[in-house]
Amino acid sequence: MAAKKLNIKDKYRLLTRDLDWEFSYRDRKKAFPFEEFEGIKITDWSKWEDPFRLTMDAYWKYQAEKEKKLYAIFDAFAQNNGQLNITDPRYVNALKIFLTGVSPLEYQAFQGFAHTGRQFGGVGARVACQMQSIDELRHVQTQVHAMSHYNKFFDGLQDWSHMHDRVWYLSVPKSFFNDARAAGPFEFMVAIGFSFEYVLTNLLFVPFMSGAAYNGDMATVTFGFSAQSDEARHMTLGLEVIKFLLEQHEDNVPIVQKWIDKWFWRGTRLLTIVAMMMDYMLPNKVMSWKEAWEVYFEEAGGALFKDLARYGIRMPKYADVIEKEKEHISHQAWWTFYTHGHAAGFHTWIPTDEELDWLSEKYPDTFDKYYRPRWELAKEMEAKGERFYTKALPQLCTTCQIPMLFTEMDDPSQTCYRDSVYEGERYHFCSDGCKDIFDDEPEKFVQSWLPVHQIFQGNCGGPGVEDILRDYYQMNLGADNMDIKGSPDETRWKEWKKGVA
Amino acid sequence: MSKVYIALQDNDESRYIVEAIEEDNPDVTVIHQPAMIRIEADNFLAVKRATVEEKMGRDWDVQELHLNMITIGGNVDEDDEQITLTWNS
Amino acid sequence: MTIEIKTSTLEPVRSTYANIERRFGDKPATRYQEATYDLQSETNFHYRPLWQPDLELNDTRRTAIKMEDWYAFKDPRQFYYGTYVQQRAKMQENAESNYAFFEKRNLSRHLSDETRAAVIRYLIPLRHLEHTANLNNMYGAAYGYGTAITQALLFDGMDRLGIAQYLSRIGLILDGNTGDALAEAKQQWMEADIWQGLRELCEEMLTTEDWFELFVAQDLVVDALVYDLVYNQYDQYLAENGGEDIAILTEFMQLWSKDNVRWVDAVMKTAVAESDENKALITQWVDKWRGLAAEALAPLASEMLGENALPAALDQLDKRVAKAGIK
Repeated sequence: MAAKKLNIKDKYRLLTRDLDWEFSYRDRKKAFPFEEFEGIKITDWSKWEDPFRLTMDAYWKYQAEKEKKLYAIFDAFAQNNGQLNITDPRYVNALKIFLTGVSPLEYQAFQGFAHTGRQFGGVGARVACQMQSIDELRHVQTQVHAMSHYNKFFDGLQDWSHMHDRVWYLSVPKSFFNDARAAGPFEFMVAIGFSFEYVLTNLLFVPFMSGAAYNGDMATVTFGFSAQSDEARHMTLGLEVIKFLLEQHEDNVPIVQKWIDKWFWRGTRLLTIVAMMMDYMLPNKVMSWKEAWEVYFEEAGGALFKDLARYGIRMPKYADVIEKEKEHISHQAWWTFYTHGHAAGFHTWIPTDEELDWLSEKYPDTFDKYYRPRWELAKEMEAKGERFYTKALPQLCTTCQIPMLFTEMDDPSQTCYRDSVYEGERYHFCSDGCKDIFDDEPEKFVQSWLPVHQIFQGNCGGPGVEDILRDYYQMNLGADNMDIKGSPDETRWKEWKKGVA
Repeated sequence: MSKVYIALQDNDESRYIVEAIEEDNPDVTVIHQPAMIRIEADNFLAVKRATVEEKMGRDWDVQELHLNMITIGGNVDEDDEQITLTWNS
Repeated sequence: MTIEIKTSTLEPVRSTYANIERRFGDKPATRYQEATYDLQSETNFHYRPLWQPDLELNDTRRTAIKMEDWYAFKDPRQFYYGTYVQQRAKMQENAESNYAFFEKRNLSRHLSDETRAAVIRYLIPLRHLEHTANLNNMYGAAYGYGTAITQALLFDGMDRLGIAQYLSRIGLILDGNTGDALAEAKQQWMEADIWQGLRELCEEMLTTEDWFELFVAQDLVVDALVYDLVYNQYDQYLAENGGEDIAILTEFMQLWSKDNVRWVDAVMKTAVAESDENKALITQWVDKWRGLAAEALAPLASEMLGENALPAALDQLDKRVAKAGIK
């Protein structure tokens, strides 16, 4: 008999979709117990549209090809001491933030998608999540391998996993993903699959990686873009999940909208650190944070929300505040790290005069007015040998866990403080967005492991800040922290460059 | 009108793909950035297997696009013949 | 431009990451080591999961097994993502050429109606078992502890999805891409007496909560029995009864099983050697699931192969169990 020709959609459906069955012997709800408690209504999983129809054999084939290329470059990079080709040793500090702050999130994404990949009742959605789960494992492992060579020549990368669980500013990314994983499976998908993957990771993996290329870092741009090639599948899954939830039942719309409001706000807060990496930590600049934000959030996100309007979904709450923040947050964050540079696991510095001019040009409405004067003052103090470090521990926002560094967006001289009282205790927030999130789920956010509170409670050793940094964070003091000027990183770099004939 | 987009790694294979996209979608804008090529269009963009094959002079599976793709914007539909990006607005 | 670097100035400051150095000393590490050890978050979790508020997000208490160091479960294959996909890509390339050969030569026309019906009755329904194995291994990947074992469980889970898809392809080859063979096999799975024991066993595993117990049930006991019965004994039977070409299509499963057994046995050995408590628990689980699986598989094994088949498979399992130090 002549075989009928199957197109890819039918083939995928036949190979995969009918694998599940109706239970006869046990309660199916016991096998998939987490589907209902969030209030999401799924009437028919078979309406799920597979975003990509990649069978495992094709997956192995294409992914192996990507890995082969990637590791050939890692090998070449190490063999040829590729670290010498970067523009400036300051650049490596962005990689330190990446490995200690971002790579562990890839790991949590692997765990989170393994959870949804086990728990969703529909086989199509499950399989899509499983593939994302294994991709995320790929990302953390390729990042560890890409950084492996840098770790041999620069400080601050060596104890990334230990640091991620403990260091004060790393609780920002960690709590973000803990929040998503601790939520129900549908909220996780809206949080990570949609909000984070579809809109926000682009800002990290596209313009920042392009920046890595522009700064001579072949290893990072290669893993970055190779990871992004999986991301296109993930983005499509994120969008498919949203459409599926909205089409399944009208009662899902307000729930999904609430999650979108929460996770876009939480995501923009998390990206503050990327804003700072783009504007201050790339010696050669590709585009400013503000420009990247306009392309990948305002334009791309705007198109997305226009498309979703037909389901009754609107732009995330506080989009108007978010729009103003692009002018400020990178400057406010880098200043905070500069002044707490003794307690950070990477080096900080004053931007060069050229860089200050670039910032003035890119931020004509805010930089000269609010931020440049600070740096001019810091320069004067540094010239007098009085490099400034703040001794006080910062107060943290209970929701996003970022120090209170953000200002009122209509008055950048005024730090923004909000608070709520829950069961007789007062909790503090950096913004209305973070306060709303807390007020909606106080019983969750009162659990936050706030690093500064923990230090005051004596849970991180001590008593002095130095003891905590050295013993609890396991930082090599004098090597991992402080200004780049006079650091072992800088000293070694100068030695290597002296050796260049 | 909203912009759909696709970004590809700047390498030899991508050059053929970009050529094919430009031929099938005459109104696209191609932007070269460090290590990547970004292609934008209003509301709709298609990458067609037949055209890429013609440019490359070999068989090409639509799923091979994933090897060089960095990011996309728009609703995706992929089958044996093409991958399309669409905004319904 | 040529760049010459004085090698003396380019001495690395350290050989590997600090956590690897603490475990193995200050020497260059393998990629498996750097990609595996201590990757998972250990402490200071922010919120209890809404879906399991009595436990932390990562928690050793999701199994009754106890380990001093969860990274003791080293994978003898040393698979991290890159080595895993590259190894499987080689296997799939081989499988792809096998399937292409079979289809191009139209080898299914050599199969008698009887053999064809037998393959649909005995082999294709196993795609549902593979799907169960996919979920059971994902369960361990999601709720297990320590990257050494959770990544290997994830790889196993994805392998099982791949095998389910290969089995489905065999169905499509037999029915000329109509999907009829898959529908028929599903009906067998849902209704035929010989399959109900195994289906009930699958439903039982899918509602089992201890992830290590589930690993024992699926990856040791059920796999040992099914892979011996189907991809060893039944394969031989087909070879002797006009169905030898089918073996071209199941070669992947045979190779895969050989590879996987090496890892499963290593994990068992490590868990049992850890403590008498672990040994007692695992012994109890092996007994329980061996009993359930033997009962579930009995009707299928005897119809497919005769009365001696299941005892032979059980014997193979018992040997592995003994070798792992379980009894």
